[in-house]
Amino acid sequence: MCLALHCIANVGSREMAEAFAGEIPRILVAGDTMDSVKQSAALCLLRLYKASPDLVLMGEWTSRVVHLLNDQHMGVVTAAISLITCLSSKNPDEFKTCVSLAVSRLSRIVSSASTDLQDYTYYFVPAPWLSCKLLRLLQCYPPPEDGAVKGRLVECLETILNKAQEPPKSKKVQHSNAKNAILFEAISLIIHYDSEPNLLVRACNQLGQFLQHRETNLRYLALESMCTLASSEFSHEAVKTHIETVINALKTERDVSVRQRAADLLYAMCDRSNAKQIVAEMLSYLETADYSIREEMVLKVAILAEKYAVDYSWYVDTILNLIRIAGDYVSEEVWYRVIQIVINRDDVQGYAAKTVFEALQAPACHENMVKVGGYILGEFGNLIAGDPRSSPLVQFNLLHSKFHLCSVPTRALLLSAYIKFINLFPETKATIQEVLRSDSQIRNSDVELQQRAVEYLKLSSIASTDVLATVLEEMPPFPERESSILAKLKKKKGPGAVSVELEDGKERGELNGAGERGADAAIAASNVSTPSPSADLLGLRSAAPISGSTPSAGSLLVDVFSEAGPTASSASVNDDGFLSSAPPSAASEDPAPPLPESEELLNKFVCKNNGVLFENQLLQIGIKSEYRQNLGRMYLFYGNKTSVQFTKPVEPLVEGGAQVQQVINIECLTDFVDAPLLNIKFRYGGALQNISLKLPVTINKFFQPTEMAAADFFQRWKQLSQPQQEAQKIFKATHGMDTEVLKAKLLGLGTALLENVDPNPENYVCAGVIQTKAQQVGCLLRLEPNAQAQMYRLTLRSSKDTVSQRVCDLLAEQF
Amino acid sequence: MQFMLLFSRQGKLRLQKWYVPLADKEKKKITRELVQTVLARKPKMCSFLEWRDLKVVYKRYASLYFCCAIEDQDNELITLEIIHRYVELLDKYFGSVCELDIIFNFEKAYFILDEFLLGGEAQETSKKTVLKAIEQADLLQEPRHEYFNVPVY
Repeated sequence: MCLALHCIANVGSREMAEAFAGEIPRILVAGDTMDSVKQSAALCLLRLYKASPDLVLMGEWTSRVVHLLNDQHMGVVTAAISLITCLSSKNPDEFKTCVSLAVSRLSRIVSSASTDLQDYTYYFVPAPWLSCKLLRLLQCYPPPEDGAVKGRLVECLETILNKAQEPPKSKKVQHSNAKNAILFEAISLIIHYDSEPNLLVRACNQLGQFLQHRETNLRYLALESMCTLASSEFSHEAVKTHIETVINALKTERDVSVRQRAADLLYAMCDRSNAKQIVAEMLSYLETADYSIREEMVLKVAILAEKYAVDYSWYVDTILNLIRIAGDYVSEEVWYRVIQIVINRDDVQGYAAKTVFEALQAPACHENMVKVGGYILGEFGNLIAGDPRSSPLVQFNLLHSKFHLCSVPTRALLLSAYIKFINLFPETKATIQEVLRSDSQIRNSDVELQQRAVEYLKLSSIASTDVLATVLEEMPPFPERESSILAKLKKKKGPGAVSVELEDGKERGELNGAGERGADAAIAASNVSTPSPSADLLGLRSAAPISGSTPSAGSLLVDVFSEAGPTASSASVNDDGFLSSAPPSAASEDPAPPLPESEELLNKFVCKNNGVLFENQLLQIGIKSEYRQNLGRMYLFYGNKTSVQFTKPVEPLVEGGAQVQQVINIECLTDFVDAPLLNIKFRYGGALQNISLKLPVTINKFFQPTEMAAADFFQRWKQLSQPQQEAQKIFKATHGMDTEVLKAKLLGLGTALLENVDPNPENYVCAGVIQTKAQQVGCLLRLEPNAQAQMYRLTLRSSKDTVSQRVCDLLAEQF
Repeated sequence: MQFMLLFSRQGKLRLQKWYVPLADKEKKKITRELVQTVLARKPKMCSFLEWRDLKVVYKRYASLYFCCAIEDQDNELITLEIIHRYVELLDKYFGSVCELDIIFNFEKAYFILDEFLLGGEAQETSKKTVLKAIEQADLLQEPRHEYFNVPVY
């Protein structure tokens, strides 16, 4: 029987799976099969499952398989665990019950005396393989909610950590290897849970000790584990304390793989405080690094330099150094990026020009340096032309001296630089024209060079200075895009790049913050730099934010996945009425009526700006919104909860498990009652889904809080004494009457909470101004709670009656 | 585990066990590359290396290199122990095993490996149980040996 199972397992083809998929689970769970057969059956099933997951249906056998965890025979447990781990990682919900069983098994093993397990004790370590597998299984799940189970688990982990501190029971390396294997697995579990700060710190300290261990293996693994630890918020600080050791390792380790790990760790633990030091260390390592890893190192240094550059001249220096040291490995993306940054930032342009000029004077100059130099001098050479050492002619000669050493694309770039020189420095015109006219240019065998030479020559001779100036105007700032360097690094590292992925989210937020020009004045740069990707609701990667504003006049229905793709649209919110303006895309079908929950959801968002707007089996929609005066911006995150991609009538698609972001710009023209509707259509598994929600934009979002003294308040209150300007409501409290909660809600509303205005200290008084494009409506609010009766009286006065009524209605729901 | 290779200091392959289906050419190519990489490592170097998005764990016992390729999420130290466990099994079975034993009785070596690992995972970690199973299998084989007179060293 065993041999047969072996055979099936080793071949493990699809046909075998089809034939045996029904049989094997039965053998596995039947009471009378021998233990050894059970083991083989379990692993055989695992193999078949890996080969063709759809054929192995676990439905009825699930609970029985989980119970195998409790089996007496350790061998069976060992085999079964591998099976369960694989199945759990694919369908975590079905196998949830195994978590508590696993924890109890683990605690039994860990706390057992060495004589208990007899043959399964390996060099004084009880059942190491089993322990490791159990810990691996637990990593498939989030930390257990059940208090008892969680307590036991934490106890286990602490025992394991404690054991590591005890003196070893045996001198043999096997004993320490087994012990440490369990330890490392436990540490990865702790990192995975990321919720127990003291365990994390202990783990970090333990790893720190390992960093200086005699055995190379342990140092290697410690560095690797620390990399993942560095990204957790609790332990980031603790990791940074070890920076000296790591830098030492980087310099002195003889094993290249350990050095590489050290470099990775430095990259992961880098943040603002130690950025300069780390970049300097990495640069010095780069000079002696292995050729195979240089490109990756270059990309990393570039990313770090950009991310933590407080002073952009330092950034320029670093990149130029990078080119000098490892010029061959500096890929295109890196120097494109530095040019983008230099152009986007005025302050560093002069410095860049000077530095580049000096760098070019070095005798052996790398080609990338010539490229960067050529471009920058072409754009900003005028900034240093005043200095006689870098006068225009000198600059030109410098560039031209490198001309012949360069490849074709570089020469093309240099020719462009020359024509820019003609524009900037008319005195060099004659010299440059001579060069352009020479045979080697206009009869050059390369078409691109020839074309450029001829065209530039003609341009310089025919065009007047004005035309020339317009044609060769300074390059405008680049629009912010996702850093292509990151994309390249990710591609290189492949899916195993944990540290880079996590950085990614933060990175994009930072990039967007740096130098976005031309943004709406009202929506200041501070709003844009909010790192929206870090509010990843599903913890998944988010696509680059796509922002733009194409105002579509007065349509209340915001057709999300319309023909134009997910471009942001700004919905002008109009006063009552679904205006009968033509919907943007004629091809779209009729929108579904708003869902009944949307009213409730709307209420949820009156006093807060962020949260989950809607969730069902397939889709989760979260929002984050910001408002300023009469403008607002809302970020919508669409998360695909399934593993299948959503497609729409047109692109783009949302991949399974991925999240897409959309930005909506909102402008309030006048006050309104009804909320805009968000209509979402997409295709899931062939069926068209249609969801309509109300966008949680309510009039109170455009409140501007106004502080005022008591006297002012009462004066205005008396001014607004006409009956239609007041709205009053008396209602029963639906939530508790806690002071802090009430205050928080009132502040969340957007008004300013005024203290010491109302003679009755129990009452709440607020004031604010609602900003709309048409007018500003001042609004005063008084909330009188009656604790005994559990009721409120809410009075609202404002200069416009509809506003009073609407805000009153909105607020009444909140309490 | 994806595959396990045993090779000598001169680069001759003694055992190979593949747990992923690959074409023969692929296997040969991988074997060649990996053997070269591992043999190039100096003695004091770390036992783990990254190779082609797999982790490779290797250990040298006298003149033989035991080399395992594991996936990203597997624990390296425990794999080292798997290797050691396998060597112990061989030792117990052959009595003070040396490379010659493996060369001449390679089918036994494969049997032992199969009892220990299945589908890339450790099946049974108790030495006694594995050896007992092998003994039982041997008993079944005895008559065959008598018939065919194949010398057993």
